[in-house]
Amino acid sequence: MKLSLVCLLALAAVSLQAAEDLSKPIEALRAVGKEGQGNEAAGKAWQEIVKADPATLPEVLKGMNGANPLAENWLRAAVGVIADEALKAKKLPVEALVAFLKDTHNNPGARVVAFDLIHRADEKLAEELTPTLLEDPSSDLRRHPVAKLIAAGDAALEKKDKDAAIVAYGKGLGGARDEDQIKVLAKKLRALDQKVDLPKHFGFLMSWKMIAPFSNADRAGFDTVYPPEKELKYDAVYEGKTKEAKWVDFTSADEYGKIDFNKPFGMEKSVVGYAATDFFSTEDRPAEIRIGCKDGWKVWLNGELLFARDEYHRGAKLDQYKLPCQLKKGKNTILVKCCQNEQTEQWTVEWEFQLRVCDATGTAILAAK
Amino acid sequence: MKTISMCLMMCLATGVVRADWLQFRGPNATAVSTEAKVPGDDLKVAWSADLPGRGLSAPIVVGDRVFVTCSSGPGQETLHVFCFNAADGTKRWERAMRTTGRTMTHNKTCVAANTPCSDGERVFALFSSNDLFAFDLDGNLLWLRGLTFDYPNASNSLGMSQSPVVMDGTLVVQSENDSESFVAGLDVATGRNKWKLERPKAANWTSATVWKNTVALQSSKGILAVEPATGKTVWDYSDGASTIPSSVGAGETIYAVSHGITALAPEKGAVTQLWRNEKLNPGTASPLVLGDSIYVVNGAGVLIKASLKNGDEAWKLRMKGPFSGSPVAAGKRIYIVNERGIFQVIDPEAPEGKVLKEIELKETVLTTPAVSGGAIYVRSDSKLWKLQ
Repeated sequence: MKLSLVCLLALAAVSLQAAEDLSKPIEALRAVGKEGQGNEAAGKAWQEIVKADPATLPEVLKGMNGANPLAENWLRAAVGVIADEALKAKKLPVEALVAFLKDTHNNPGARVVAFDLIHRADEKLAEELTPTLLEDPSSDLRRHPVAKLIAAGDAALEKKDKDAAIVAYGKGLGGARDEDQIKVLAKKLRALDQKVDLPKHFGFLMSWKMIAPFSNADRAGFDTVYPPEKELKYDAVYEGKTKEAKWVDFTSADEYGKIDFNKPFGMEKSVVGYAATDFFSTEDRPAEIRIGCKDGWKVWLNGELLFARDEYHRGAKLDQYKLPCQLKKGKNTILVKCCQNEQTEQWTVEWEFQLRVCDATGTAILAAK
Repeated sequence: MKTISMCLMMCLATGVVRADWLQFRGPNATAVSTEAKVPGDDLKVAWSADLPGRGLSAPIVVGDRVFVTCSSGPGQETLHVFCFNAADGTKRWERAMRTTGRTMTHNKTCVAANTPCSDGERVFALFSSNDLFAFDLDGNLLWLRGLTFDYPNASNSLGMSQSPVVMDGTLVVQSENDSESFVAGLDVATGRNKWKLERPKAANWTSATVWKNTVALQSSKGILAVEPATGKTVWDYSDGASTIPSSVGAGETIYAVSHGITALAPEKGAVTQLWRNEKLNPGTASPLVLGDSIYVVNGAGVLIKASLKNGDEAWKLRMKGPFSGSPVAAGKRIYIVNERGIFQVIDPEAPEGKVLKEIELKETVLTTPAVSGGAIYVRSDSKLWKLQ
């Protein structure tokens, strides 16, 4: 009995030692920064980490918690090397990886790596874990159960069980955060006469006050500070490029929340427009403002510039740009500057954006009012 | 000793016995193999290897290893770098990373669009997301960069494809776009900037030409040649150039993809125009120089042969197109793959040019082959082939 206890303590000590031994090299990887800062030390530390015992994999993955994306990649690459060897030797610490996966406080990207490793080691176990990931903080992990629910709905339909299909698709839509899966599920549910509120699902902001047209001649309007950047006076009238610039109310009827300046102001070229809206948050909280726009744009939250992008007509998509931000409890004012350029080709007509407020998983944050 | 000397002389006279294909369009970005051993005409698939993701990047070959990149996942966020054994196509190693930059591209292209390059000791893999990784040949991660992490507006919503080049201990990386457009020279050992220059704010998909100890950077404004170690301007041609097919250097001349093809004789600080032929208008494929001729594939899939001396057209050969990848050459043959995966062997010395052989790879191919060890390597979105 005594001997067993000694052995156990010795094992624990060895395990702790292994973890302690890696803390410095892991820290070296976490210290990398912009413009190659820390690369030299990270290169040496990486060599040390990849020689570690497979039992250290959860510790290395834990190193990704709170790390910047560059450090995450250093650690991801190290995990890959250790895991490849562990899989060959059948020494992957599957139980520890499952525990790591189940702890949703861990970095979502690290948990995706853990799930992939579990899948490689034990496909059946991964299948068993899949349904538990439907409400996961990682949108990548949610894809697996959503795919299964789509398949389950399809199977139910084949058996003419419409109610079961609706349940499966509805559950899938509830968990889905990626556009491709949401589109598929919305189509399937609508084919079964079910209502789907995509603007609400995504969290698009549909109602705005808009003003235009200010000049964007020679694309100089992008950097010109027009009155809406200094004050939001919705009854003000300003001198515009081709006519007076006045605020108008606009509510999008587009299912993907497109806020189209061409509709209230006509198809203008070389112009700048602004759109403003108030978003009421129930609490102080971190969030993401996600914008899709093929024109030049800037976004401010409560007067703070979040990002500015002067690319024109190279394409737009949902969540094209993700802007991390902090919402305050109560009213938050979002201001968007949308700049149309001088191009005249048919594919340069769009003067619009789509914007949603969500968390880092892509789950809509709905306004309090 | 005599034998060794004889071999050396033979190699110098006829090309090296075996040369690596270290970057987009191979040696000096000319797309012409310098090897004595050539693939010839009677090519067959020696092996193929499965790839888990898309890629317009070309394979590169270092010694007995073939490197290729892919991007996978619903948003193309997973970046793969593979190393295969050239002999049999078995995988030596794979590394999977995650994008830190933007992954949006036009549907036709993808995040793995830039061809990696190597200095013979390291492999540098750049992606459209501006993620850049340096590995040694055994897959050890030496350093990494996230160029959009560093410079947040450096991206192109249509995707980027400029392939890096390495010269004299400096990796030259372009990220030229409508917003935060730049070129940087990075220390190959650390990935740190040696220098960084602003570039024209305009989308650009061309890759650098390596020519006479300079790196020639092409853009809509023209071609700027810089010293790789310092980024200092050596010469500047400012009469505009294409933003898709890349120029080629041969001998004392740069054949610029500018108003068709414009032959340039750059000297210190000055560039003399030798000739211009606006009818030699490359589509997507970059031109190549072989012997005393320049070959251009136009947008209609027609291969045009013209004189290096004056740009006069010799013949036109309609091939099975369309083409996204560029032609390469070895010995007396030109090799090209069309978008439908039809690999074509061309005899450019036939009076009107002649397609000698076609191999149907039966997959979409949007990339440029690599030539090494008497074999040709081609990749699609799901396979890497060795033709020999």
